[in-house]
Amino acid sequence: MRRRRDPRLYQISVLSLLLAYGFFRLGFDVMAAQIAVTLGAALGAQYACSRLWRLAAFEPKSALISGLSLCLLLRTNLLTVATATAVAAIASKFLIRWNGKHVFNPTNVGLAAAMLSTGKVWVSPGQWGSVAFAAFFFACLGGLVVHRAARSDVTYAFLLFYVSLVAGRSFWLGEPLAIPVHRLESGAFLLFAFFMISDPKTTPDSRAGRVLFALLVAFGGWYVQYRLFRTNGLIWSLAAFSPFVPVIDRFLPAERYRWSGAGRLSRSPTEDSLKGAFHETQAACIRVSRPPGPVGPVGARLLRFLRGQGGHEAFQQGLAGGPRP
Amino acid sequence: MGKADTKLFNRASQVVLVRDADRTVLTMASDFRGDVKEFAVVIPVPTFIERDQIHVADKALIDHLDAYSAPRLVEYYDPDPCQVILGRSYGRLMGAPAQDKAGRRELAKSLGVTVEASYTVGEYDILILSASESDGLETWLRENGYRIPAGASRVLGSYLRQGMKFFVARVNLEEKARLGFSNLRPLQVAYESPKFMLPIRLGMVNADGPQELFIYALTPKGRVETTNYRTVKLPSDAEIPLYVQQRFGDFYKAMFTRQVDREAKEAVFLEYAWNMSWCDPCAADPLSREELGQLGVFWLEERAATPARQRPQQAFLTRLHLRYDAAHFPEDLVFQETTDQSNFQARYILRHPWSGDASCPAARQYREDLRRRQEEQARTLADLTGWDLAGIRARMELPGEASDVRSGSRRWWERLWKD
Repeated sequence: MRRRRDPRLYQISVLSLLLAYGFFRLGFDVMAAQIAVTLGAALGAQYACSRLWRLAAFEPKSALISGLSLCLLLRTNLLTVATATAVAAIASKFLIRWNGKHVFNPTNVGLAAAMLSTGKVWVSPGQWGSVAFAAFFFACLGGLVVHRAARSDVTYAFLLFYVSLVAGRSFWLGEPLAIPVHRLESGAFLLFAFFMISDPKTTPDSRAGRVLFALLVAFGGWYVQYRLFRTNGLIWSLAAFSPFVPVIDRFLPAERYRWSGAGRLSRSPTEDSLKGAFHETQAACIRVSRPPGPVGPVGARLLRFLRGQGGHEAFQQGLAGGPRP
Repeated sequence: MGKADTKLFNRASQVVLVRDADRTVLTMASDFRGDVKEFAVVIPVPTFIERDQIHVADKALIDHLDAYSAPRLVEYYDPDPCQVILGRSYGRLMGAPAQDKAGRRELAKSLGVTVEASYTVGEYDILILSASESDGLETWLRENGYRIPAGASRVLGSYLRQGMKFFVARVNLEEKARLGFSNLRPLQVAYESPKFMLPIRLGMVNADGPQELFIYALTPKGRVETTNYRTVKLPSDAEIPLYVQQRFGDFYKAMFTRQVDREAKEAVFLEYAWNMSWCDPCAADPLSREELGQLGVFWLEERAATPARQRPQQAFLTRLHLRYDAAHFPEDLVFQETTDQSNFQARYILRHPWSGDASCPAARQYREDLRRRQEEQARTLADLTGWDLAGIRARMELPGEASDVRSGSRRWWERLWKD
């Protein structure tokens, strides 16, 4: 089995660069102390949960990605709230699970929960401006190209749907092109498309499912933003539709990402699913195909197509699959 | 004290946005100085507006808000270096102004345009219009003497398609004469809509250059920011040369222009963010409960069940300032209220040196420090405003070259024998 470089290292570098740029050049409304506390809390929570669930090793990369994303997005004046959000984000991976996958993207659910429950946080979608947009875009795209991510289809589908909705509305209203372009030239939008919705553990297993999921999230986000006129539509939409992923998986089943050691180590299904909390953070893991099961040979071929099987590696948080034998 | 003319910025307008949940009270001030017959406003509003939702306010309210939140100079006096006592006092500064589109009155018929209502409020005649066709609306407005720029129909159309109405106001000369106000008073509109935005596109259609806009947002929870443009804090707390006191207006203008350029002309600037219950230093007294009520801060009344008069006013003021044109601000401003209650003010520090006699050893050190400090002030000023450093040095009567200036960082042996 070939091993590739862990794509999360690339993600961590991009997020760190963005944070440095935001902090030093754009003057993000975030104190150094909040960054330290958020990263510390995310790593600490990951460590504590690893111990609590008796996982074999502490794997900091995913937690670091969640922590960095929170630093980029979460704004608050209270370090306690920043800490609690980071802890809740990481803990959600261990606590809110279905069929061996966690349900929510940690950063996304952390933000949504903090906004709903504390009333002390906000997200500033305008903080990026559009000046550095091109560089930002290529950095994100670079990740997909470099890692040829199997599940980047969700990102492409989401971009297509959301851009169509925003541009379509502007077209219908007769607005000049500059308006939808300005709306889409947003760092917040890119961060969402490339780092949040694309999390492989919280997207459906099948390609058709992922495209459907991208459509739902794009429509929901657009609806909140341009029909309800509320901010952070995409964050709300992703949090709202994530619980439907198990349903989508049920009706559009496909091979699952599973982890090399899970079968051998586990003694019970429950434990198996919990192991995922650890193993998803492992860099080296292999993709195991499930037996065709009830789908039948024709269905299997169709699914194969929909899955877009190419033995690619996932460029995502918590996932780097080697090619199938 | 540094003082700046209220006509500091040309083509500027001031808007107060009072907002809680879906309720908005919009106050629009104008320093329109031409023939009032020429005055007209056309603004898209998200809902139908009834007579009671419109009000005419006192311009003094906005002037007060302006004075309270304006960028300010703060003065400190260096103490006698031979004693360790601190004395300080504060100064205040300045305001900013407004102007608007003009139109002319005439009568005409409709072109798919529905006059949904027509009111006379104070010195204004107000129409609430809806239309099926933007071209018809444009023609109607033009035939009715509103100077609608060519190409406006496209912008009008996108608002109409969103189901928005148009609030159109002109001066009723008879009423104005009867009421006896010399200036046009601010118009206020209260409405309920989830849209927390300010339409700016219409004003940019034929604008021959950037326009200046000041937004005062009054909200219960905290600071307001734009969600579709960067909101940037104006540089603050900088120590600047004393002579700027005489030309603070120029300084503010130059600095603002430079910051606008630095942000690629795409940013909205935060100039003030403070809870209305206090200030430090106060450029002007905070607004009273009555004044806030006049501006439309409706929740104070609703939440004032307790009699405690001196309770903090839960009204958070955000002052935003932007210079916009169609190239850099293609879409309307959209806002959100954050829960950020931290205070911010654009303030600039003047530090008066100690001018008395001082001959103790500490005084020598003080003079050296002072020299270095003044050089830093000159550089800060040059950096903030883009003014020529040599010119600044000359005005400050500083020695011209940087070599002298390094005296503060002399090498160790230069400081060894203090004779």
